Amino acid sequence: MKVTINNKECWANPGETILTVAEREGIQIPTLCYLKGFSPTGSCRVCVVEVEGQRNLIPSCAFPVAEGMVVQTNSPRVRRARKTIVELLIANHPQDCLTCVRNGNCELQDLAAQYGVRDVRYAGEIRGGKIDVASPSIERDPEKCILCGRCVRVCHETQNVGAIDFVRRGFKTAVAPAMDGSLNAIACVFCGQCITVCPVGALREKSNEKIAWEAINNSRKHVVAQIAPAVRVALGEEFGMEPGSVVTGKIVAALRRLGVDRVFDTNFGADLTIIEEASELLNRVKNGGKLPLLTSCSPGWVKYIEHFYPDLLPHVSSCKSPHEMEGALIKSYYAEKTGIAAEDIYVLSIMPCIAKKFEAQRPELKEKYADVDAVLTTRELARMIKNAGIDFTKLNDEHFDDPMGESTGAAAIFGAAGGVMEAALRTAHFFLTGKDMDNVEFTPVRGLQGVKEGEVTIAGITIKIAAVSGLKNIGTILDKIRSGENLYQFIEVMACPNGCINGGGQPINSDPDKVRKRMEAIYAIDRGLPKRASHHNESVMRLYKEYLGDPNGHRAHELLHTHYVERS
Amino acid sequence: MNSYAKIFANCWHTNEKPCAHFVDCINDGQKCHQSAETRKHLDAYKHEILLEDHKKPVILVGMGTCGLANGANHVHAAILAELEKLHLQVQVIPTGCVGYCSMEVIVDIKLPGHPRLCYCRVKPEDVPLLLQKTLVEKSVVAEKLLGIYPAVDGNNGWGELPLLSQVPFFAKQKKQVLVNCGVIDPESIDQYLARGGYKGLSKAINKMTPSEVVKEMIASGLRGRGGGGFPTGKKWEFALNQQAEQKYIVCNADEGDPGAFMDRAVMESDPHRVIEGMVIGAYAIGASEGYIYCRAEYPLAIRRLEKTIADAKAYGLLGKNILGSGFSFNLKIKKGAGAFVCGEETALLHSIEGKRGMPRPRPPFPAVSGLFGKPTVINNVETFANVPNVLRDGAASYAAIGTAGSKGTKIFALSGKISNTGLVEVPMGVSLREVVFDIGGGCPNNKKFKAVQIGGPSGGALPEQVIDTPIDYENLKTVGAMMGSGGLVVMDETTCMVDVAKYFMTFIQSESCGKCIPCREGTKRLLEILERLTASYRSEKTPDEALLRFQGMVYMERLSEVIQNTSLCGLGQTAANPVMSTLRYFRDEYEAHLYDRKCPAGLCRELLTYHIDTEKCTGCTVCARKCPQNAILGEKQKAHYIIDEKCIRCDQCRANCKFDAIFVE
Repeated sequence: MKVTINNKECWANPGETILTVAEREGIQIPTLCYLKGFSPTGSCRVCVVEVEGQRNLIPSCAFPVAEGMVVQTNSPRVRRARKTIVELLIANHPQDCLTCVRNGNCELQDLAAQYGVRDVRYAGEIRGGKIDVASPSIERDPEKCILCGRCVRVCHETQNVGAIDFVRRGFKTAVAPAMDGSLNAIACVFCGQCITVCPVGALREKSNEKIAWEAINNSRKHVVAQIAPAVRVALGEEFGMEPGSVVTGKIVAALRRLGVDRVFDTNFGADLTIIEEASELLNRVKNGGKLPLLTSCSPGWVKYIEHFYPDLLPHVSSCKSPHEMEGALIKSYYAEKTGIAAEDIYVLSIMPCIAKKFEAQRPELKEKYADVDAVLTTRELARMIKNAGIDFTKLNDEHFDDPMGESTGAAAIFGAAGGVMEAALRTAHFFLTGKDMDNVEFTPVRGLQGVKEGEVTIAGITIKIAAVSGLKNIGTILDKIRSGENLYQFIEVMACPNGCINGGGQPINSDPDKVRKRMEAIYAIDRGLPKRASHHNESVMRLYKEYLGDPNGHRAHELLHTHYVERS
Repeated sequence: MNSYAKIFANCWHTNEKPCAHFVDCINDGQKCHQSAETRKHLDAYKHEILLEDHKKPVILVGMGTCGLANGANHVHAAILAELEKLHLQVQVIPTGCVGYCSMEVIVDIKLPGHPRLCYCRVKPEDVPLLLQKTLVEKSVVAEKLLGIYPAVDGNNGWGELPLLSQVPFFAKQKKQVLVNCGVIDPESIDQYLARGGYKGLSKAINKMTPSEVVKEMIASGLRGRGGGGFPTGKKWEFALNQQAEQKYIVCNADEGDPGAFMDRAVMESDPHRVIEGMVIGAYAIGASEGYIYCRAEYPLAIRRLEKTIADAKAYGLLGKNILGSGFSFNLKIKKGAGAFVCGEETALLHSIEGKRGMPRPRPPFPAVSGLFGKPTVINNVETFANVPNVLRDGAASYAAIGTAGSKGTKIFALSGKISNTGLVEVPMGVSLREVVFDIGGGCPNNKKFKAVQIGGPSGGALPEQVIDTPIDYENLKTVGAMMGSGGLVVMDETTCMVDVAKYFMTFIQSESCGKCIPCREGTKRLLEILERLTASYRSEKTPDEALLRFQGMVYMERLSEVIQNTSLCGLGQTAANPVMSTLRYFRDEYEAHLYDRKCPAGLCRELLTYHIDTEKCTGCTVCARKCPQNAILGEKQKAHYIIDEKCIRCDQCRANCKFDAIFVE
């Protein structure tokens, strides 16, 4: 159909919104509450446009085009309304841009600049609110909240958690957990998806930058950093690089400049996880254990099942997540090898995830000593690098340290949803047949869909599998498992949609296009590596021979496996 | 007790054995297998329940919420006690509200062979005399009499008495929707049937296809009575044209405007009318499920509706296979928790679904995607209550009343500074002046009329110069108000219009759902601007704060315009109307507050200044002793004076001065 936007005729498909058509035509319309891929709520009214024949201004994000529609996106009336709306928001927002974590990366700040707000004309009462700092993962600052509702939508629609919602009415309206409590006291899984969609600084990670600096500056501490698979394809964005740039070598270099003593690769832990998890799977398949086996790499997902489906916990793999396995080994195997006392070692995990901050503090994972002492997100590491005056883009690539620097393509793909599954299959095939797969790429579990399914037959054993990301998608499957319906033998679950590449600790504003580029980069790393299955990781195999014994054996269990708690 | 159920003993129409002619049988008789004997019983029973031919005296007590608030339950108890004392066999029926709230408690007495008497302002202590005179001595207590109903057969057993319909409050009214209110027993389905109830439904189901019903509705010109005035038939047509295995019909009974109570009165006093309208609507669009979304603050209405639904089901007028047509419709009541915004249709739907009541953008309109994503028609109580008349009398007859664009009658709730408070039903096209002065009796205590707020917080305050406008949807918009649900709040010269705007803005601000920015933040800033206008200069500590007050006045219109232009739902889009209309008609009052720091109506306390008239003051020292702030100084027997900086405007001095020496500016 034909529509006219700003006196320009353009074609549109029935059902498209004005915003979609305008974007395609290169006409910018500002948005705040709009989230690609979600049903529009039309709450912020920043995207209003003038439509001929309509008395009021129309929210372009929610309004479908109609044949012959005449739209003005830039009339004086529209600009005046938008500016007034931005002014109203600013009047109820703390004027502390200089000290805000989102300074320079704030959508409200951008809008204020775009509409030339020079004055707080509608000054008056400020709603205020107390900052919630109680959780190990998320800080919530209601004073900065502009009530766009994106976090609420993500929490309900994508994650099916519903930890936060709107409360009260009128000027007192706020987004809050039940009974205005703390996120720490409710069934929040700390996936952090709310943070990545927050346009302002109302939701942010609990920062560990300070304690990380303290550890680095403490000469008695031997600081060992490890980097998760998904960090290396995203960190570059924080320094203006193209989404999907692979910056592994630069991160290693940067961490050394920061003063970290050893830089290991969490991919090593990922390879180890595969050996353990594939063994666990085959064990359960052969010996009639609880099936389907559910993966345990995603701590947000683990907390979710602990809260909402605790009766299904026996299905969850007892494997620790890769960085926890690696942390445990750093403080045992590595400590013994180097003669450094475990208590002097400080393990710093660089993760795309904020649930890992919570995970690192689980009592089960700090029994003798904490496997991991502090977790930094991709964002925090970027800030520390900037803080240290390191010109990231000009760094030369450096290599990881031994003995936990080696990794395979199987570990690399952990970063994308479906990767753990694919990696496990590569090794399971080897365990069952003694041979590698002809084609290691198992495409049914690749891509950006929330639920991906497949079936493999190895040595006469058929395994039905699924890779699920985004917690809303796992709910229906868990309900079926609960009712006794057995659809799969092995399910990979990632709390965040599309997995760690879109984790709660990744650079803010990860639109679907950026996520896709990160995913492509992940698979490119895999393709470029000579070894693409975990059992080919020589360092890992040496570790078993020298130290751990058999996969799923006694020592492996002690160091690499954990248990869960009911939180319902 | 007799009932239609008993009379039809050998031809009883139930859910299991529904009969298409049930309603016709009652009214016109001699359909299918009705015997002459049955017909006789039927007619006798009808005359009896219509109080046309009855044996025992009947007393009807107005026991709607307004009656109850005036002590109707005490009057009711007193009547029962007195009857026992007098050993009289009298039927006492609680009825609904006849609309004349300021005359409550209303007690009607109907003696066999005499026209029905309507007594007003009855208190429990009046009861013995009233019953003694009327029931025993068969004479009328003239000072309590409001009027009489017309004699059934022209035989007025009471002699010359004024007719109720000639009382000024009723004379200009045209009761079509409220016709049964306060007249019948609202809990009696038989009385509703005997007065022609369910004829519209019977006609629709037996003689018309759904699309014919919709056409009839379109032809009638009935427009939504909840505020927007969207043509009801058109709305039904959209829903009818939707293909879906499930459709819903919803009655919006979340009446929340301050000063609006017409929906409550209809539900309490004539609940079957609402149900009948809904069933017709459901038949027209093909809905098998319906909800009445009623605020929990209306417990009596909810109780009556529950009984009504049960009775209608028992008579086969609701539920499975209605009147043997094969059409089934189930109705549920959903209690609202009292959020004003839930009167907005999409918020209301969210609330029924169990979600927080927040509006969503339209399109899609509920007629396309409504409750649980299914096509849904939402009309308010008064709209549904109009529907049976349209079907029963035909569209042409309905459309004969009203103006070109607004057909039928409209119910208004009169309150505020007006002599006759209550509910009135007038044809579209009468002027506000007729409603306020002829029916409402103007402002009490000889005060001068200043304005009438129409349409609640979404409407506007209209001054004397525009109240001759004939009432219809378009005219009211032209003069800066809106029909709204029909609340009319009258203001006299002692009302401050800035204060009125502030009151409505406070209301809107605390009832905004908080979803969209212009409504949530904008109305708060408007409210703050108004608060600055009415606050004392003493609260302005710096010149900047005084500047804010002036700036506010400059920004007020711009802000109002943006709120109106950009808000998500009707609540926000109309939120600034009270400010805009008072600015339009009473700008001088705003300017007096802003520049002169005075409230012309003498209402904004912080702007008042207390003075002592030195001529009148005798120096009695009473005021000085009463002043809690020690703000009054003066020697005995010499004129006192007030230190304005200390005065907190508590009014103690003026109230206690015996010499009228203290005056306020």
